[in-house]
Amino acid sequence: MSLFSLLGAVEIGLIFSLVALGVYISFRLLRFPDLTVDGSFPLGGAVCAILISTGTNPWLATLAATAAGAVAGLVTGWLNVKLKIMDLLASILMMIALYSINLRVMGGPNVPLINDPTLFTLLQPPGLDDYWARPLILLVVVIAAKLLLDWFFATERGLAIRSTGSNARMARAQGINTGAMVLLGMAISNALVGLAGALFAQTQGGSDISMGIGTIVIGLAAVIVGESILPSRRIVYATLAVIVGAIVYRFFIAAALNSDFIGLKAQDLNLVTALLVTVALVIPQLKRKLASRKA
Amino acid sequence: MLSAQDLFITFNPGTPIETRALRGMSLEIPAGQFVTVIGSNGAGKSTFLNAISGDLGVDTGRIAIDGLDVTRRPVWERAERVARVFQDPMAGTCEDLTIEENMALAQQRGTRRGLRGAVKQAERAMFRERLATLGLGLENRLTDRIGLLSGGQRQAVSLLMAALQPSRILLLDEHTAALDPRTADFVLQLTARIVAENQLTTMMVTHSMRQALDVGQRTVMLHQGQVVLDVSGEERQRMDVPDLLQMFEKVRGEKLADDALLLG
Repeated sequence: MSLFSLLGAVEIGLIFSLVALGVYISFRLLRFPDLTVDGSFPLGGAVCAILISTGTNPWLATLAATAAGAVAGLVTGWLNVKLKIMDLLASILMMIALYSINLRVMGGPNVPLINDPTLFTLLQPPGLDDYWARPLILLVVVIAAKLLLDWFFATERGLAIRSTGSNARMARAQGINTGAMVLLGMAISNALVGLAGALFAQTQGGSDISMGIGTIVIGLAAVIVGESILPSRRIVYATLAVIVGAIVYRFFIAAALNSDFIGLKAQDLNLVTALLVTVALVIPQLKRKLASRKA
Repeated sequence: MLSAQDLFITFNPGTPIETRALRGMSLEIPAGQFVTVIGSNGAGKSTFLNAISGDLGVDTGRIAIDGLDVTRRPVWERAERVARVFQDPMAGTCEDLTIEENMALAQQRGTRRGLRGAVKQAERAMFRERLATLGLGLENRLTDRIGLLSGGQRQAVSLLMAALQPSRILLLDEHTAALDPRTADFVLQLTARIVAENQLTTMMVTHSMRQALDVGQRTVMLHQGQVVLDVSGEERQRMDVPDLLQMFEKVRGEKLADDALLLG
């Protein structure tokens, strides 16, 4: 693998580590199987791309994309908490709705960002190649997000969200409005995904309606890979684990797609992802079986 | 102080499996009193307790805690006044969280949860002190996941947690039923101590007639969703399990067919 494709893998891995952090919040902390991300990722990209291409400041556009993601998460949470629709189904409804919404936002299937300014062109340090600058800028964003989440989930409010996912009945008995905590958690989760979508659009030269397909599986893959590399229930380690998981996962994908002798092409990406997640899900079961046979 | 007036709850109304769980249930508990509640399966003990905590809504009737009508309020809005220990040791704590995080959750019961750190340094010392009184060595395991503890240990911590913040009523829902006899005894002793130390108004649901007479100051028996027996003071002190059983049979005019009450 060339240095160029290695840095490319790190770059995309860092973007998807934001998705992975969001998926970690919904799936692990809230225990809310949330497929909204397949819609909120391209929503972030769409909002950001359309705003930048119509002359909005990239900072503002990225912020708006993050907020749009949060609103998408809020609606999914609301469908579940207030309208009592099953969590998985609520998120699928939102995902489908977002497909149409994203087409509306973009006014078509895609919005290119060719010569427009992006966060990355604004922050580009002089004398540094852009394929170095992009991963570095993303690294700063990801570390900031991680530290912010670590801090938040150690606060009273953050602990209330964690207890809601762990034992909702107990949380209510302690005076926690668990419905409100689900809404808040889902908003934070999808805000991160919206932000990731915005950054993705700005590094990939535009937003496309199909860029969201399989986002949830990639996010889950990163969470699962991260948890098997660094198993810990402490938030500080768990957030680090999913970031590492996202980068490692992306690295493997790049390696697989770049190895000519395997014969895989870019369109095989989702198949490889599905296989990888299947393997990652089966390994713990096999380990348990082996352990019980020894005992 | 608790006041429950004429509570009715019917499950699955209008269907073949209709169950009239509470049928005009009324009970007043003055401040500082420790009441034990007994009854056979299906008598409405747990339904009554869940109605007070807010887990179940009542069809009709009124529930007031310390003068405040809470009948239509959700569980979390009652939590400032109601502390609770569940029957299932797994239900009263968050297994994914550490001992100190669980205690911090209880420490903030009934308060606004903001962006301050959840576990404060000063509180940590207090948690350690309280845990030490259990004599289980948990004071050195503050950052262990509570899921690693045994059922009895978790129930003991749940009791401590219930007493961290003031409450107007403490609800104990057969909280020793899932434990082995020795641990159950330990948890019961601990209950008596914590209730006495904090002068808590307490309602304890139990399956055991022995327990119902041994702890607390007043015993209430439920049958078919109503109070059928209410003894306290000297009358209660003279009572033993067979007396209680006899009174129950007399009141209901029927033979008691549930061995669980005797064996518990």
